Amino acid sequence: MKRRDFLAKALPAGIVMPALISGFSFKAFGASQLLSALTAGNTETDRVFVIIQLNGGNDGLNTVIPLDQYDNLANARSNILLDNKKILTLSGYDTGLHPALKGLSALYNQKELQVIQSVGYPQPNFSHFRATDIWLSGADSNQYLNSGWVGRYLNDEYANYPVGYPNSVMADPLALQIGSFISPAFQGPSVNMGMAITDPVNFYNLINGIVEPAPQSNAGKELTYIRQISQQTQQYANVIKSAAAKVPNQNAYPTNNTLADQLKIVSRLIAGGLKTRIYMVNIGGFDTHAQQAVSGATETGAHSVLLAKVGDAIKAFMDDLKFLGASKRVIGMTFSEFGRRIKSNASLGTDHGAAAPLFVFGEGIQAGVLGKNPTINSLIGNADNVPMQYDFRSVYSTILQNWFCVPGTSLQNIILKDYQSLPIIKPMYTCAGGMVSNLDPNKDVGKNIISNYPNPFSQRTNFTYESAGGHALIQIFDVQGKLMETLLDDIKDKGSYNLTFESIKLKAGIYYARLQNGALQQVRTIQVVN
Amino acid sequence: MSIAKYNGSFGRLELIHLLKRTTFGAHIKDLDTFKGKSLTEVLSILTADRAIPSPPVNTYNDATFTDPSVPINQTWVNANYDDGTTNAKRLNSLRSWLTGVIINQKSSIQEKMMLFWHNHFALESGIVADARYMYKYFALLQKFSVGNFKTLVKEVTLDPAMLRYLNGYLNSKTAPDENYGRELQELFTMGKGVNSKYTEADVKAAAKVLTGFKIDGIKIESNFDTTKHDITDKQFSSFYNNSIIKGKTGTAGASELDDLINMLFLQNEVAMFICRKLYRFFVYYEITAQIEQEIIAPLAQTFINSNFEIKPVLIELLGSDHFFKSQNRSCFIKTPLDLMIGICREFDVIFPDASDAATQNVLWLYLKSLAANIQLNLGDPPNVAGWPAFYQFPQFYEIWINSDTLPKRNQFTDTMIGAGITRNSKKIVIDPLKYVTNFSKPEDPNILISEVLDHLLTLPPTVNLKQQLKNILLSNQTSDYYWTDAWNSYLQSPTDNVKKSIVLGRLQTMIKYIMNLPQFQLI
Repeated sequence: MKRRDFLAKALPAGIVMPALISGFSFKAFGASQLLSALTAGNTETDRVFVIIQLNGGNDGLNTVIPLDQYDNLANARSNILLDNKKILTLSGYDTGLHPALKGLSALYNQKELQVIQSVGYPQPNFSHFRATDIWLSGADSNQYLNSGWVGRYLNDEYANYPVGYPNSVMADPLALQIGSFISPAFQGPSVNMGMAITDPVNFYNLINGIVEPAPQSNAGKELTYIRQISQQTQQYANVIKSAAAKVPNQNAYPTNNTLADQLKIVSRLIAGGLKTRIYMVNIGGFDTHAQQAVSGATETGAHSVLLAKVGDAIKAFMDDLKFLGASKRVIGMTFSEFGRRIKSNASLGTDHGAAAPLFVFGEGIQAGVLGKNPTINSLIGNADNVPMQYDFRSVYSTILQNWFCVPGTSLQNIILKDYQSLPIIKPMYTCAGGMVSNLDPNKDVGKNIISNYPNPFSQRTNFTYESAGGHALIQIFDVQGKLMETLLDDIKDKGSYNLTFESIKLKAGIYYARLQNGALQQVRTIQVVN
Repeated sequence: MSIAKYNGSFGRLELIHLLKRTTFGAHIKDLDTFKGKSLTEVLSILTADRAIPSPPVNTYNDATFTDPSVPINQTWVNANYDDGTTNAKRLNSLRSWLTGVIINQKSSIQEKMMLFWHNHFALESGIVADARYMYKYFALLQKFSVGNFKTLVKEVTLDPAMLRYLNGYLNSKTAPDENYGRELQELFTMGKGVNSKYTEADVKAAAKVLTGFKIDGIKIESNFDTTKHDITDKQFSSFYNNSIIKGKTGTAGASELDDLINMLFLQNEVAMFICRKLYRFFVYYEITAQIEQEIIAPLAQTFINSNFEIKPVLIELLGSDHFFKSQNRSCFIKTPLDLMIGICREFDVIFPDASDAATQNVLWLYLKSLAANIQLNLGDPPNVAGWPAFYQFPQFYEIWINSDTLPKRNQFTDTMIGAGITRNSKKIVIDPLKYVTNFSKPEDPNILISEVLDHLLTLPPTVNLKQQLKNILLSNQTSDYYWTDAWNSYLQSPTDNVKKSIVLGRLQTMIKYIMNLPQFQLI
């Protein structure tokens, strides 16, 4: 039974469906039959999520600067360090943005930008390709998935796609990539759920010959694939063209900025009324092993040019959406396959690293900085990395749950595990039952929720931690981000707890203990000595 | 399933299958050249060593630009760098030259293998940013197209363009740069298969071995700076049997590279990785457990036994029963170059000759840019992993085809059978009248359609398709002689525009129809 059929039958007539749906608390139903009935059809939403991929591994520490760590940062990367007088500070936090990110700084001041600190995953991979696959598929470090996270989401919503699509309920492409190459993120369990376009106005007419049954062979498989693309292209070309035609005028965008060019198409199609939920755009060049900054004028150079493009494009995009009256429907996110090493190299560049900040933006986003500044130790080895605070799948999971109103059981199938829900979406925009707490509870609490004594220690130390109630997790990572041990993974009632940690397996050195409790987390630096 | 030699008949269809996979399009002249030859003979010609094509020359001087140090029609590959504008002209000269080399390829696998290596040891001319470096790199790939892989790995490691692209020249004992040490293992030799278990520590150890290599910007050669080389011993993981590469001082330090390559090549995974990649490049992307065991593993053994010579592996794979199985025919989605250059060669499209080298190069460069619009930018792959269609699970070649690129593919074929592409009043276009004279009986619509379909589509045509094409040739008449008469009267008065346009229009419509079919994208 389709979800809307069910609702129509089960509820008094005269209630407007979308309002009702957003008034539901999915969590209250748990795993009831009602919930499975609800998830059988696709959700009514006009919400859009725009994903901006920064290919190459963006240097997080020169994008979002932990100002309270400036001295140690100066030790680790003096040749590319930004002049702290030029850094754009984020009011209310001891955190700043690269001077080239004027556009994002303006969005922050308009309360439409959130910085999420140190996003990554356990056991970071330093290969571009593997790390990209991990981010796009939503896999664990050692897990190989052949589908993308967006593809799994869309497959959950539109189970039979492409059979029977387009149709009167969903007449538009499910997901659009601006460009000629469809992201593996859109790969569903069996077919790719996305479509690629470079120009929404001009489509070339495709002609299908006689369609006869394809042979049962590899050739037949590929023939069927090409026929399907051909068919979809023809079917969707008209809806895209007519959406574009409805928006003859747009606000100004920066020129010589490929990201701005792509976002301009996205905003036109959104305002033109496409029901497409996910858009993906990208900008490359972030693999800055060398010459990322100019010696003596570190606010200039290759990285600065790239960041300016990103900030300016996003700002212009949001301004345009406001101009077109569509801004309330849209949020966006930037991500890169990894951050870069804490220590810079001698070529004015940085090598492949691990966790890094990401940006989420839009009127529906809780403005601010989520998480603490990463701790930069005074002695930094060549291979040391920023430890993760937030798993990237927590971000995906939160957006699906609180922006697209995906219920918990479906989330399991899409994200494959339980991840903490984060305060990303403003309460008034959040689907009922989702996370509605205020941004950055750590900051409000203003105290350590995990500590240990003695520290440094040999062999054993005692952790004290606090649970606000609910699931609590304590993990130990080494400085390269490798997960060494999980000390706790359990439901803990509100209260203060102690836990003894025997460190016999760990060599001497610096480690990070990460506590995760609901939307809270904190990372504590610990040191093992012999 | 096995890698056993193919013993079936080697007729025209088998030859076309082989040529479409090993060259860009089955050139109508190659069909004649190879007619009657055995598979063994054909493979030996296709894989024969060939000279490197002559280098690109200055065809770009014009009213607004003069190369400061290279006269017209002279090569720029050994000239001074001069300046950015000059380099940009030369980079375009290099790109159009590469396209021209492929269009004018001989009956040889050399150009397909150049693309294979360009994808394998991928680097981007836009980032290397010096046309002379890029020429040396492509000349190296051409020289080793069917050569020794182990030697090629060493040559590529020391190639100035690669040293620049992956920052090898910045890798020194005080500031090790891991970029090349990583890609050498992940992308060039060991791959990312389940049996490739090198560690992050191996990446760092390899980076240390590779410290000290620099670029001589005058000679465009690599050299070795003993003071930048890390002379400590390099410890590798258990995957490499805990090998230690002894640190060496002085100029001997450079030979640690040989020790490293010797150590890498002791792993069976190197041969397995390359054979999988060759399989995906020439046969099909899906490698089942059975294919891995019964095709890839024996091929890898051949590779190891020949001390990593490529040629015996190619001959074994392309001469195998497996390669000619119907399961493995018509399942390869044409790369943008197979499509675009394939058309030029299969229809023997005439380009302006060397007497108008400038226009010739402009057209070549334009084709390159059209291929770039549908995702294959020759000289500039997306990144060091090469093109996703050759490695990205689970779609592989299907990545070439989407709602953006499929219309553009059809637009290109429609242009080539229609108005053609004109530059400086020289036109490249498919000439259907000339094309059909290559077949045995152009006047017989049944034979003509069969032979054209055999040449242009590898998937066996159905009765309905043949009938549809005949309807086009006969304008829906039922008697074959309408076409025969029309063709014969054109032959009698080839200059009569009315008679000519009757057959030309119908042939154009028929060929356009064939090229618009989804199966035209398959070889």
